[in-house]
Amino acid sequence: MRLPNSKNLNQDFNHIRDEAKRRQLSYREADGPRIQIGMATCGIASGALETKQAFEEILAERKIKGHIRTVGCIGHCYAEPVVIIDHPESGFPPIFYHNVTPGKARMLVKAFLEDGDPIFEHVLGAMSENDLIPSVMDFPRFNQEKRIVLEKCGHIDPEDIYEYIAEGGYETLVTALRMEPDDIVEEVRNSGLRGRGGAGFPTGRKWKFARTGESSNRVIICNADEGDPGAYMDRTILESNPHQVLEGMIIGAYALEANKGIIYVRAEYPLAVKMVSRAIAQAEELGILGRNILHSGFDLDIEVFQGSGAFVCGEETALIRSIEGCRGMPHFRPPYPVQKGLRGHPTVVNNVKTLATIPPILSQGAAWFRGIGTASTPGTAVFSVVGDVVHAGLVEIPMGATLRTLIFDTCGGIPNKRKFKAVQIGGPSGGCLPAEFLDTPIDFDSLTEAGAMMGSGGMVVMDENACMVDVSRYFLDFTQKESCGKCTFCRIGTFQLLRILERITKGEGRDGDLEQLMLLSEDIKKGSLCGLGKTAPNPVLTSLRYFRDEYEAHVIEKRCPAGMCRALTAFYIDLEKCARGCDACVGSCPVEAIFTTRDRKKGVDQSLCVKCGECMVACPPEYDAVRKVSPPTLAPLVERPNEG
Amino acid sequence: MDDKEVKAMREDIRIQLEEFEKDRGRLVPILQMIQQRHAYLDPCAIKLVAGHLGIPTCEVYGVATFYNQFRFHPPGKHHIKVCLGTACHVRGGDIILENFERKLGICDGETTPDREFSIERVACVGCCALAPVAVVDETVQGHMAPSKVEGLILGFQIQKEKDDREKQKSAASQ
Repeated sequence: MRLPNSKNLNQDFNHIRDEAKRRQLSYREADGPRIQIGMATCGIASGALETKQAFEEILAERKIKGHIRTVGCIGHCYAEPVVIIDHPESGFPPIFYHNVTPGKARMLVKAFLEDGDPIFEHVLGAMSENDLIPSVMDFPRFNQEKRIVLEKCGHIDPEDIYEYIAEGGYETLVTALRMEPDDIVEEVRNSGLRGRGGAGFPTGRKWKFARTGESSNRVIICNADEGDPGAYMDRTILESNPHQVLEGMIIGAYALEANKGIIYVRAEYPLAVKMVSRAIAQAEELGILGRNILHSGFDLDIEVFQGSGAFVCGEETALIRSIEGCRGMPHFRPPYPVQKGLRGHPTVVNNVKTLATIPPILSQGAAWFRGIGTASTPGTAVFSVVGDVVHAGLVEIPMGATLRTLIFDTCGGIPNKRKFKAVQIGGPSGGCLPAEFLDTPIDFDSLTEAGAMMGSGGMVVMDENACMVDVSRYFLDFTQKESCGKCTFCRIGTFQLLRILERITKGEGRDGDLEQLMLLSEDIKKGSLCGLGKTAPNPVLTSLRYFRDEYEAHVIEKRCPAGMCRALTAFYIDLEKCARGCDACVGSCPVEAIFTTRDRKKGVDQSLCVKCGECMVACPPEYDAVRKVSPPTLAPLVERPNEG
Repeated sequence: MDDKEVKAMREDIRIQLEEFEKDRGRLVPILQMIQQRHAYLDPCAIKLVAGHLGIPTCEVYGVATFYNQFRFHPPGKHHIKVCLGTACHVRGGDIILENFERKLGICDGETTPDREFSIERVACVGCCALAPVAVVDETVQGHMAPSKVEGLILGFQIQKEKDDREKQKSAASQ
């Protein structure tokens, strides 16, 4: 390949970078306080739009010249809406405020911007080291993270390409465009980067493989079809810093000599679609994308394809079929997509996080990247840690950290003084690991060995109130619905598995059910073509392995130890504790199952009760009279007095 | 839906289809466009698409029914999506869905006879830290509870009654 004239390339980009720096400086040096609000989907869901509006109104009302800037998600979902206020005149460093409601916004403007009082009780921390306020970097949630992919998320405006460039963005692309494509592939290979989509195939090898085949019409696809329920890393990255993904993709395309790129995003992520489309348009406008990129002679056209919501389309061959306008059904490999992919052309499919890792690797070198994480899996892992955990959100940690560090140190452990029970990693394809496995290091091989899998980064923490049988049933319900129907074992096998699990959770489990589950699971694994079927029984197999006693309690004793399976539980009101004349539970019951007994205490009509647990929440803590029992026969019978 | 509405829809789809190449690869984007403009895929829309791309109607149905995104019935004025992702499930998402279903007297995937409400279950809306979550008319409602379900629906009903009264008032004054 002809190497571009490096002088032209530099000049072109220098103009753009100077403009970016100029804009950054004028923002930094502008008078007045600067308010930065996190506005990704999770922020908006928590009310960031209302908070922003409140800031705008109060600033106008008080005639304060402030600047409001919207940024992406910083990953601290537990603290949303997140606001960072930089008020240099006050003498304080920029301050990170959490859970900023419109009321709090008004209060902050009055107290902090007008009177210089930062209201310490609402401060999470300062954004830099100082003598006045503890820095956020003192908290484990901040200092244990190692941010490579998420580095700029939540700090820049994703709708403005200049903000990314001012922070050093696209500089790696300029360097890369001066390199031989083979050297780039070699560098990525040396870095040991493994695909972050779940399977962990070495990216450099995939690229090299693609380069050995037919050279015309190569295609690079960014897989953002995040179907795992309970994971949202890709969405957040695309919403908060789409340009880093784009940069990685352009470098990848250049290394592969591909002139066509497709970003496959779920249509359920409207904000991500908008951000990516805007990023592409801006990059094209500046000549960073499109024909003759930065006068290097390299052309790349990237389009956004909206995925229509099919879990199986995360599998690369199914994804390609879906772009071709067909049902997204996987086909047999080989031929691999790198040989024969989209419309028969060699196609490389990379995950969002994989592509976002490319620019840092090239700018800081393969050796630097290898220094992070473990020998077999260098780099970092991005997880969305959700469920029963204090500091839920997006976390990026070096590979090789243990689950215990991640859950208990970084994310603050389990709320409400409950006990940890299991962590589900890898979504419907992964497994549940019990407390004994908390010291497992996080990397592809260790997790697979334990029976779970790395997956794309969904992690759901469960406390003692979670029922493992129910969780397995839930995942089976999901995979059974999402099975594309091509392989008999996946289509019918998962259906049968689900039927057995449903029976067990309803208290209709039979002798031999557990053995049947094992047998069927092994058969489904063997008899399925793609990852979906091969891994669908994993939740069942791991929970059977680690929580067999729970299954047995369901099957033999017809009891749900965690009290999750509704058919196996009952609510009743402890008449000793129930207060006469209190009607809290009656009002909360959605089905009017709670009645008043003759002595003005309450009883539950078991035939009407839907076991939603609202009465338990409503019962004032000083009485604490609502009880949940399993099996339901343990609930004492309280008769409803005859009407009138 | 009356004949006039269907006719207007057909006309609109016919005009929009002109923008798309007659290429099989455009099928999914075409269906997405139709659903975005008309909220669902009517049988007549499917026929028009098949005609435009020169493929059998069953092929279009085959693709459209494969993906979760596509709907074949008109949704209600207020569309309720209940998230049943892992985090929402662990925190009782199915109880929320059940409450909506009971309150409105329809199952997921259905629309109330007055076309005011429709319910849909979705796999994950990606707001797991706020579980359980429901999306009501594009607004994400975090930390849902059965009592919140009642409140939401009551709010819509009060709003509707108010609108009706105002309509009547303005009709009377004219």
